[in-house]
Amino acid sequence: MLHTGILLSMNIYLSNSDYLAYFGSFLEKIDLTDPDRLDITTHDTWISVHPAILTFVAALGCNVSKENVTIDEVSARSGHYLERMGLFQMLGLPSQFTIAEHEASGRFIPLTVIKTAEEQTKFITDMVPLLHLSPEHADAIKYTIGELVRNVLEHSESKNGAIVAAQYYQKSNMIRLGICDTGIGVKDAISQSWKVGNDIEALKLALVPGITGTTRREGGTDANAGAGLFFIKSMAAMGRDYFMIYSGKGVYRLLKRRPSKKLPPLFADPQKDKHAETNDAAFFQGTLVAVDISLDNTQQFSALLSVIRSTYTQAVKERRKAIYKRPKFI
Amino acid sequence: MIITISKHAGTFAENKDIARDIRVQDIEPSLLLGETVTLDFMNVTGATQSFVHALISEPIRKYGDDIFDKLFFKNCSPTVQEIVNIVADYMEAS
Repeated sequence: MLHTGILLSMNIYLSNSDYLAYFGSFLEKIDLTDPDRLDITTHDTWISVHPAILTFVAALGCNVSKENVTIDEVSARSGHYLERMGLFQMLGLPSQFTIAEHEASGRFIPLTVIKTAEEQTKFITDMVPLLHLSPEHADAIKYTIGELVRNVLEHSESKNGAIVAAQYYQKSNMIRLGICDTGIGVKDAISQSWKVGNDIEALKLALVPGITGTTRREGGTDANAGAGLFFIKSMAAMGRDYFMIYSGKGVYRLLKRRPSKKLPPLFADPQKDKHAETNDAAFFQGTLVAVDISLDNTQQFSALLSVIRSTYTQAVKERRKAIYKRPKFI
Repeated sequence: MIITISKHAGTFAENKDIARDIRVQDIEPSLLLGETVTLDFMNVTGATQSFVHALISEPIRKYGDDIFDKLFFKNCSPTVQEIVNIVADYMEAS
């Protein structure tokens, strides 16, 4: 779109360190001004991106005509990663790389679109062998993907479904995963039942246990309790890992905690968590969720759930207490 | 009535549409007749909170904690037990 002589577009730069630790830096370099055109440029020598960023780029490309999507000539030695993760295919672009068949068995899940509950179930079943997960880690990953994809299918109203990708990183012994949609965004979803002023307020409200866009009733409806995002954020917090959610102009990023023998504290109020936030990001029509899950965490999944349970129940009790009038002794 | 969850939901129970169908078609009619219901989680390694919520939250809301004299959970892994306890706790607290 020509506007005051400048060619506007969505510009994305894929760098050599696009991880959740540096997500602020990634955001600073993107421009989402014109949703009808997407131009991607890449680092000259090395590309290293979180799978969530690939889901984000793929999501942006969903609503752009293929002739209006470009990617520069990828010169980085690690550029074939974009091919292996299916980015060229998702964007409808010819590949710049040839991947030999035997190379495809790394520990990753390429960009995948999920549009129905049945596709979700199949994806969760198929993903465990792809990531070579041990049984003790499989449930946590299945849980995370199950809840996040279901959120998209149920609340986002996205015509493009949920776009998912994941990768195992041997050096850090970690699974990084991302889920993105091009739906109504968290603010519109949560505003169906709650009054929120802006995107970051909506994101933080959505992270509170027991808060859902479908009702204000405590305990939720028969189908929704408003627990999904709180659980995922809590699992990341207990594992001292990153968690990030981006929707509209809002970004909430749970920061990594230092290793310690003590269990990290778990908060029902996301404001109390060690986090970074902004309500000034480039406006994104949809929602991106990114999670890092360390496989070094020796805690059993059921033990994590036990701690989450206690925080959750306490939060509900306190909220119930707050809405009842108390006797006045005059 | 005994309901074998893995027959409907596989080894990881996450599809809440299936949970709702089990509740509406099997659990609630049996409870209305005063029968006991056993949810057998044999071979289910894990479940999401969404699945268990869709399965049992409405009976808990309707019958209160008396439901646990009628609704039983069998062969639950530690993970499934925790999820069931979480849903029970927040529904009873609500």
